[in-house]
Amino acid sequence: MDHRIYDLEGIDNQWCPGCGDFQILEALKKALAGLELPPEKVVLFSGIGQAAKTPHFMKGNFFNGLHGRSISNATGMKVANRALTVIAIGGDGDMYGEGGNHFVHTIRRNPDITNIAHNNMVYGLTKGQASPTSSVGFKTPVQVEGVFSEPFNPVAVAVALGASFVARAYSTNIEQTVGIIKEAILHKGYALVDIFQPCVTFNKVNTYAWFKANTFDLPGDHDPSDRMAAMERALEGPPYPLGVLYKVEGRPTFEDSMGCYHEDDTPLYRRVYGPERIKDLLSSFR
Amino acid sequence: MFRFPSKGNSDLSLVLCGAAGQGVQTLEEILVDSFRKAGYHVFASREYMSRVRGGSNSTEIRVSSKRVRALVDRMDILLPLNGGIRANIRERVTPETLILGDAAEIKDELADRGGTFLNVPLMEKGREAGGPVYTGIVAAGLLAGLLGVPPEIPEGLLKERFIAKSEQVVKNNLSAFEKGMGLFRELVASKGVSVDIAKENEAVGEMMMNGSDAVSLGALAGGCDFMSSYPMSPATGVLTYLARHARSHAVAVEQAEDEIAAINMALGASYGGARSMVSTSGGGLSLMGEGVSLTGITELPVVLHIGQRPGPATGMATRTEQGDLNLAVYCGHGDVPRAVFAPGSLERAFRLTFDAFNLADEFQVPVFILTDQYFLNSFYNVPEFDTSGLKVQRFLVESGEDYRRYEVTESGVSPRSVPGFGKGIVGTDSHEHDEVGHVQEDFELRRRMVDKRLRKRKGILERVIEPMMTGPKDYRNLVVTWGSLYHIVEEALEKADLEGTAHLHFDQVFPLHPDTRAYLDKAEKVITVEGNATGQFADLVRKETGFLIEERVLWYSGLQVPVETVAAKLLELLR
Repeated sequence: MDHRIYDLEGIDNQWCPGCGDFQILEALKKALAGLELPPEKVVLFSGIGQAAKTPHFMKGNFFNGLHGRSISNATGMKVANRALTVIAIGGDGDMYGEGGNHFVHTIRRNPDITNIAHNNMVYGLTKGQASPTSSVGFKTPVQVEGVFSEPFNPVAVAVALGASFVARAYSTNIEQTVGIIKEAILHKGYALVDIFQPCVTFNKVNTYAWFKANTFDLPGDHDPSDRMAAMERALEGPPYPLGVLYKVEGRPTFEDSMGCYHEDDTPLYRRVYGPERIKDLLSSFR
Repeated sequence: MFRFPSKGNSDLSLVLCGAAGQGVQTLEEILVDSFRKAGYHVFASREYMSRVRGGSNSTEIRVSSKRVRALVDRMDILLPLNGGIRANIRERVTPETLILGDAAEIKDELADRGGTFLNVPLMEKGREAGGPVYTGIVAAGLLAGLLGVPPEIPEGLLKERFIAKSEQVVKNNLSAFEKGMGLFRELVASKGVSVDIAKENEAVGEMMMNGSDAVSLGALAGGCDFMSSYPMSPATGVLTYLARHARSHAVAVEQAEDEIAAINMALGASYGGARSMVSTSGGGLSLMGEGVSLTGITELPVVLHIGQRPGPATGMATRTEQGDLNLAVYCGHGDVPRAVFAPGSLERAFRLTFDAFNLADEFQVPVFILTDQYFLNSFYNVPEFDTSGLKVQRFLVESGEDYRRYEVTESGVSPRSVPGFGKGIVGTDSHEHDEVGHVQEDFELRRRMVDKRLRKRKGILERVIEPMMTGPKDYRNLVVTWGSLYHIVEEALEKADLEGTAHLHFDQVFPLHPDTRAYLDKAEKVITVEGNATGQFADLVRKETGFLIEERVLWYSGLQVPVETVAAKLLELLR
């Protein structure tokens, strides 16, 4: 399938020229088309931020919700209709800051959704404040003496929580990113794809040159089914390893565990209910 | 000589109290079911402390030959299982109260209160039956004896309840029950204590349930298939009920990490075509405020059950209040069309929760069910709900290729599709958006979209439920209530026997019925009775109709206001 099927006409893209978001958008379209998924079978969830605008710049069902809440929206949707491909996409502030609690608990739930986090280590939409992944010492108009708090390590947290798929990519390596996103979508269960991405306007530290110098591909002998090895790799850096850090197959998904699918595979929107649904319950009170 | 009903009453009010974990709840459940199956009308209301063990909790059980559905202050009989009786019970002991208690346990705790203490060795008999844990069942036997309940009824209930534990446990329970019956014959009946209340048998085939059950059944009847919530007293009962029946009745139930996730999962599911619900209390609704606002702009239906308890903040976690009306009506930033129900009876709670799902889906809005701790934890017998006319409506359309989720229409309601249902793309956005759902900063579009959403208010108003009127049509005085106060004020008015006084009850508190003003204008004097400190409903009526209700009976102790207190206040204001 040609990935141009995902192009949306007449859009006014709001990203800065040279932004890594463009590369991630392109990689996502290629991954989806490469899996032969038509846009009407794909549902994109996002929150607030520059990355969270992605669903407005491509074709596909979309729910652009509140800051930090997209993976909760996505989890609900996946339960309502298991037949659709569900992707939650947003930035580091959205996923790891405002949505931190949902990030933790969605991983525990293991819904079959792909969680793409554009990680540029800075807030773009609000103009250059620190993000949860900013390095210590990173100076901003708010963190005037430099960031004091330790950076959040999303991949290590995900491995620690037993996420069933954890990967890190770098937006400039488009083909590698496409491959990782495809693998994440095919993975049955929660999949985190943390994507390093330069912010050309507000992050003058973590630039294209910086990422090039501070990342490397995981060696071929890395075993992603080995959790301890994955954790070691997740804690490594700089330089940071890129690729699928951890992957475990066969874990049951959240949606499959729900009572609504115990005896019936129909998506919820097609279900019909009548008064007989509670007949047995009414008599239980007699 | 103690003959019940006491003078001037037609029912027996029996109060049980004891420490948490001491079996007060089991005792209450066995008695309530036994009394109803024996043919009495029964009401039971529970008040409890926010702790797992210890303290002192109580249950009031009223037994009558007529329907009985309200809390009274009067205690004809008090049966304390433990010492450490709290002031709210102590203070209700009067010279007319008969106390059935174990002197070894209660000692002289109630000696200064003037009631008649009849010593019954409940603990000793419990130990004889197998241990102190059986003390409550000894009390059940005693009270079943007093009410003339055929023993096979409670015995059957005990077998059913404990058979899963072991034969021995069943045997001990039956033995304890029998010992209690013995205590009744030897120490109670012999002292001339008797109850003469006709068993009308009407209640035998009826249902016995509480407010949590009624809301839960209404949700299931209404097609609820997705429930995500965070446990919070007193609203957890609905979550628990749906969880218990999740597999058998095909509901997705999830305990979220917080209320923010709960409402957002519910909205994600609603976007996917589920009939979503959340159940929480005021504190949880505060956290859900942003989500409520999200429903406003995304036009995703959701039903929110709010079990009120006293605030602000943690307030009194296990107590009751009607303090979250303002929050339900106004929560969420921006203009969010909505409907708020506040059922006054179990039948109405069932029916309005059912209706809430259809209304939410028809107008793509949040619909609130406001209950409170008193309502959720009060039981009474009700005839089986009539479900014959109930029809779940989905209001979903298949999308075509040019589908626009937010198509501007005359009614303000855009045809709703869901992802995967048809060839179209279904977009939704928390930003102001165009008809397809994409974010746009277009000032003319903004006005068109706001107007479209607010036009739905007209449709919601057309479905508004009429307030319920009881009493004389040519009233001079009008008492206005909402939510759980309905039956309390009904009984208080009957007791006060005030001439020319009618009762207007609102099961729907927002929007208000268009005739509200006319009802109020007809009266010379209008009074609201509300379970909050400021008269939130009276203020809402003022805002919506311009009518100022100056006389307000307000109650906010944390315990529900009893019939006698309301009757006295009304007599004071209206006689």
